Amino acid sequence: METVLNALALITDPYTLGVMALAAMFGLFVGAIPGLTATMATALLIPFTFFMDPVPAIAAIVATVATAIFAGDIPGALLRIPGTPASAAYCDEAYAMTKKGLAERALGIALVTSVIGGLAGSVVLSVSAPALAEFAIRFSSYEYFWLACLGLSCAVIISTGSTIKGFVSLLIGLFIATIGIDGTAGHPRFTFGSIELMGGVSFIPAMIGMFAISEVLRYVASTRTVIVVPQQSVGSIFSGLGAVLSKYKFNIIRGSSIGAVVGILPGAGADIAAWICYAISKKRSKEPEKFGTGHPEGLVDAGAANNASLAGAWVPAIVFGIPGDSITAIVIGVLYMKGMNPGPMVFIQNPELIYAVFIAFFIANLALLPLGFAAIRLSRQILRIPRRVLMPLILMFCMVGAFAINNTVFGITVMLVLGILAYLMEENGFPVAPAILGIVLGGMVEDNFMASMIKADGSLLGFFSRPIAATLGVITILLWLTPILAASWRYLHRHKNRPARLKSDP
Amino acid sequence: MRFNDSVFGVILVAFAIAEIAYTSTFPRLHGQDFGPDLFPIIIGAGLMLFGGVLIAKGWAQRFTQPMLVLGDWAHDSANVVNVVILLGSVVFYIAFSTWLGFIPTALVIQSVLLIRLGSSPLASITIAAISTMLIHTLFAKVLLVPLPWGLLLPVAW
Repeated sequence: METVLNALALITDPYTLGVMALAAMFGLFVGAIPGLTATMATALLIPFTFFMDPVPAIAAIVATVATAIFAGDIPGALLRIPGTPASAAYCDEAYAMTKKGLAERALGIALVTSVIGGLAGSVVLSVSAPALAEFAIRFSSYEYFWLACLGLSCAVIISTGSTIKGFVSLLIGLFIATIGIDGTAGHPRFTFGSIELMGGVSFIPAMIGMFAISEVLRYVASTRTVIVVPQQSVGSIFSGLGAVLSKYKFNIIRGSSIGAVVGILPGAGADIAAWICYAISKKRSKEPEKFGTGHPEGLVDAGAANNASLAGAWVPAIVFGIPGDSITAIVIGVLYMKGMNPGPMVFIQNPELIYAVFIAFFIANLALLPLGFAAIRLSRQILRIPRRVLMPLILMFCMVGAFAINNTVFGITVMLVLGILAYLMEENGFPVAPAILGIVLGGMVEDNFMASMIKADGSLLGFFSRPIAATLGVITILLWLTPILAASWRYLHRHKNRPARLKSDP
Repeated sequence: MRFNDSVFGVILVAFAIAEIAYTSTFPRLHGQDFGPDLFPIIIGAGLMLFGGVLIAKGWAQRFTQPMLVLGDWAHDSANVVNVVILLGSVVFYIAFSTWLGFIPTALVIQSVLLIRLGSSPLASITIAAISTMLIHTLFAKVLLVPLPWGLLLPVAW
């Protein structure tokens, strides 16, 4: 109890609350601008968190992300352009409501379900994380190695697009993580004599490059359509909302819980949670034919799901140090930077910090209600800010942010190289998320792998010598074999069916 | 810029071979037959495996997927210029910010980009000047990041 009170004191510090309020406004703004994502907002925020204490730093990220995911619904409903990928699943539905003259209803549903989903996710986080941490405290390097492998493999398999390209992306990330002084023998690897590279590829410039520079590149490299902001005025947001929400109260519960669970899975973030819940909503609906015509039901499910998944993603991040999505990948980097290495030990050494994170989630989601309301009111003004003015400004922030970490222009070079890499990867269907997780987890995977190898004296059987490690190992290997088995099954199936088809042909 | 998968496969396999070859320069751990080279070799082996699969896949699709499809930007030379200017301005910052100083460099980069992306020259220079001063105040004065003064050092405030 004392811990909770300490945590409460940490989070209700006026400085922390002030930072959270500013971060929430920043999140609403970035989320509402199409083409600027919640992950980009987090990446732009890290240079600032660098100069803060751990609690305000983490609280700022929590507030930014919670509001940005909701704000992505605003251009989705008004312009049919999702503000963040998390709103893409139901953007057509929300826009169809706007065309029926129900813009305020769509935005009201999005806001209230986001708040409820976010609060539900916060409950899941604060209940499951401490319980899991007690279990994780018994883990040794073998378990951590397998757990990281499992997390990374999940991220590859869940990521959109080709699994092979996902694995390539992951290996690229792991390779980037090996650059610098090696942990076992102290030998500089792949530095080619560069003193700057000896410390490794700095994480923050890498994130800024992969999430922000790549977006700016994509903006200037594509032929743009000018955004036309509708003149339609947004009426009363909350009138008649209660009836809709009580009609679909079961959907809110379903969307929130599925969203939180999807968030916990490594590699699956808010966007995937929204897609899954929208699809389930349609499948289970009594009136699926209304979906796509401006029907609020799917909006309720998916609107709650994407915000619920945000908190869910923090469960593996703080308990095991394995990020649930790209945003928590950045968070893990920030935690390491603050000397708060994520893992079960944090729950024993700094429990008040962990509880402060939980409370930050509740505060951020409650604050979303008034702030989100204000953002809806101001939506037309926000959407009118031209992106051609914002992009040079973002570029400048990126460069100064990448510089500020070590006060050398080398950070900007890292940012540029990884930004171009991320842009080329995305253009060619290589998902970027596995590479990010590879960069973040590479050091931990290798350290645990090498420690296990040394303990077992080079014997691979050592990796299966403990019951939990063996279970995790078997699951991981099965997961690796799944694509191969699926491909060969498809191949066999095709060959078995071909003669049959030929026979039936006249 | 979309390439056929086999192009990436070849690049990845070549990279992996070079990477694994380079690890032979790494020292061993005392009394163990593995060392800091082990993990990079595993990564290289993985890249070779998946690179090989991509070569096979891309080769099978070579009639439907050409070796290189240029993106939107290549059809519109304006976009090519945009990309060159954007990348050029980052390189310009890396090369000259220490000597020129943050304020002049940021002013030039932002003005050029704003004009290029379609704002009027007067508006561009005004916006660039305001945002440069804001960023400078925020980072150099509030967060105490030592942004370079460069040419403006004699009048530094």
